[in-house]
Amino acid sequence: MEGVLFLAAAVAIAVLVGIVYVVLSESVKFFAAVPIGDFLTDTRWTPLFEDAHYGIAPLLSGTFMSTLVALAVAVPLGLLTAIYLSEFADARSRETIKPTLELLAGVPTVVYGYFALLMVTPLLQRLIPGLPGFNLLSAGIVMGLMIIPYIASLSEDALRAVPNNLRDGSYAMGATKLETAFRVVLPAAVSGVVGAVVLGMSRAVGETMIVVIAGGQQPQIVTSPTQQGATVTAFIAQVALGDLPFGTLEYQSIFAAGLALLLLTLVFNLVAFALHRRYREAY
Amino acid sequence: MANVEARDLTARPPGLRRRRFLDASFLVWGAVATLVGLGTLAALVLGLWADGGSRLNAQFFFSFPSSNPAMAGILSSWVGSLLVILTTAAIAIPLGALAGIYLEEYAPKNRVTSAIEIAVNNLAGVPSILYGLLALGLFVQALAMGQTILVAGLTLALLILPVIIVATREAVRGVPHDIRQAALALGATKWRTTQDHVLPYALPGMVTGVIIGLSRAIGETAPLILVGGLTFVAFLPVHAPGEPLSYTVGRVDEYGAAIDPDEMVAVHLARGGAVHTPEGAELAVAPGATVEAPAGSLVETTATFADAAQSWAPWHWLGEAFTVMPIQMFNWTSRPEEAFRDAAAAAGLVLLAITLLMNGVAIWLRARLRRKIRW
Repeated sequence: MEGVLFLAAAVAIAVLVGIVYVVLSESVKFFAAVPIGDFLTDTRWTPLFEDAHYGIAPLLSGTFMSTLVALAVAVPLGLLTAIYLSEFADARSRETIKPTLELLAGVPTVVYGYFALLMVTPLLQRLIPGLPGFNLLSAGIVMGLMIIPYIASLSEDALRAVPNNLRDGSYAMGATKLETAFRVVLPAAVSGVVGAVVLGMSRAVGETMIVVIAGGQQPQIVTSPTQQGATVTAFIAQVALGDLPFGTLEYQSIFAAGLALLLLTLVFNLVAFALHRRYREAY
Repeated sequence: MANVEARDLTARPPGLRRRRFLDASFLVWGAVATLVGLGTLAALVLGLWADGGSRLNAQFFFSFPSSNPAMAGILSSWVGSLLVILTTAAIAIPLGALAGIYLEEYAPKNRVTSAIEIAVNNLAGVPSILYGLLALGLFVQALAMGQTILVAGLTLALLILPVIIVATREAVRGVPHDIRQAALALGATKWRTTQDHVLPYALPGMVTGVIIGLSRAIGETAPLILVGGLTFVAFLPVHAPGEPLSYTVGRVDEYGAAIDPDEMVAVHLARGGAVHTPEGAELAVAPGATVEAPAGSLVETTATFADAAQSWAPWHWLGEAFTVMPIQMFNWTSRPEEAFRDAAAAAGLVLLAITLLMNGVAIWLRARLRRKIRW
């Protein structure tokens, strides 16, 4: 029996190694045709054109822009929610609000994509005249709403883990609840809170459907969130939506893009994990 | 120390009114921030209901996708979702549960174990589209398994494996050691102890993880796009004998239009039926007759007993092409015609109802567990 159990557990290693191997092996073929210097420095990504360019920068700029918008929405809202739930709300409303928020995390991303393209974008177009139908602003805002539950829930756990005698000490010095929350509890929980934010960021970077549906599919160096642009994930999905040309450079390019994505999320996860460990060791 | 000002310690400290006001105002700010999250959920449900609520009728659930938006339905996609999720559950539940039990009850403290733990932790953070690349490169390309229900189910099983492993570990860890020791003291083997005394107590926690994992698999779109989920599927992989059978012949694009309009396909119908050409002509076919139909034609006939019996065997439907609900919704959302919007919204409502219900049950189960169990 123990052997069977071990094999089941070893599948996890096989899957991780499988992902890394598949992405790397196709990327190696890709980089045999496209110099890695061009990949990193070229400012155009046009694999479908006659004059093909393979610079990852436009895709990365799309990913960073949509992630930035998402964080601008989710960090303040998620943190305020966490502080409110952990420090201000009574136990009963906390026990109802937190699970309801967690329901948001279960909404399929394709539904969020529909929401971004057909509900949020028309609303934004009324506020910002000339906003194109596809834009990273709308995709980013909805992505932000999507990651609020992750940031709020994990930050709330971190805030609640701060021992009460720190709060009592602060109250004894005459501080108000708000001052205690922001100057005592939040700093004490900072590594857990930052870990939550990094995890939300990693979600945003890897999110595909919202940006495919609402963000546009034209890779370009994005300088403003009101522009349309393709993210790394959107490009992979876009190529897969057509007839996949197995074995061509275009086919290999989605694996090279996948490699960039894998490295990005790996870094984020390592940072989040390190911060989480530090926060666990705090008390 | 000579010029320390004498201060009335009973007086209010300066700025107290402002500080108290700020403190009270946070009750508003915090509530507003919290409401944004809750409001999003409400806006999603109400918005989808306004767009697609009117489409939620029997016709929608029992019609195939169509190039006519008013006729389009989700029959092939909900059956596809059901078969894919069955496959996913059959693979992910035993694998995840066994892996979780191993890590918690059996694993020695060594490098292999910590490698497995690191792998599980990292897999949980890998974007879903990378699982799609794994499936494309390994299952579809290297192993030539095709773009089938089996590959889709397998891909989603790998995707939710970390969720089930982590939930199993937490549930097993929560069972007190006394129970294990009591069983072991009576001479039970390690596996007997685990099977008969640890797992029954851990089961509710494991079920919670399984529900959350499966609900995620139902809503997942990106990895399935990579294994060919965006094909036009206007047939069911399983049939009943005598059941009306309809399918599109020839090579068609994802919207059901012929790729080569000149392509002709020989259609043989044992029980007879009709062929609707893309031009709108209808040809009656006598039982046992064969006709030539242009690609993109819709064939309507009756399933024979042999057709039906064959179709229900898993090794048959596992090898069929598939579409699933989130991909059907994506297809309708990305079409330029506005008329498909209400179909997309209706599909979204169905998806939302299923996933919210499953998550709700899981969250309720977890809360109940926390309250009920006192060792």
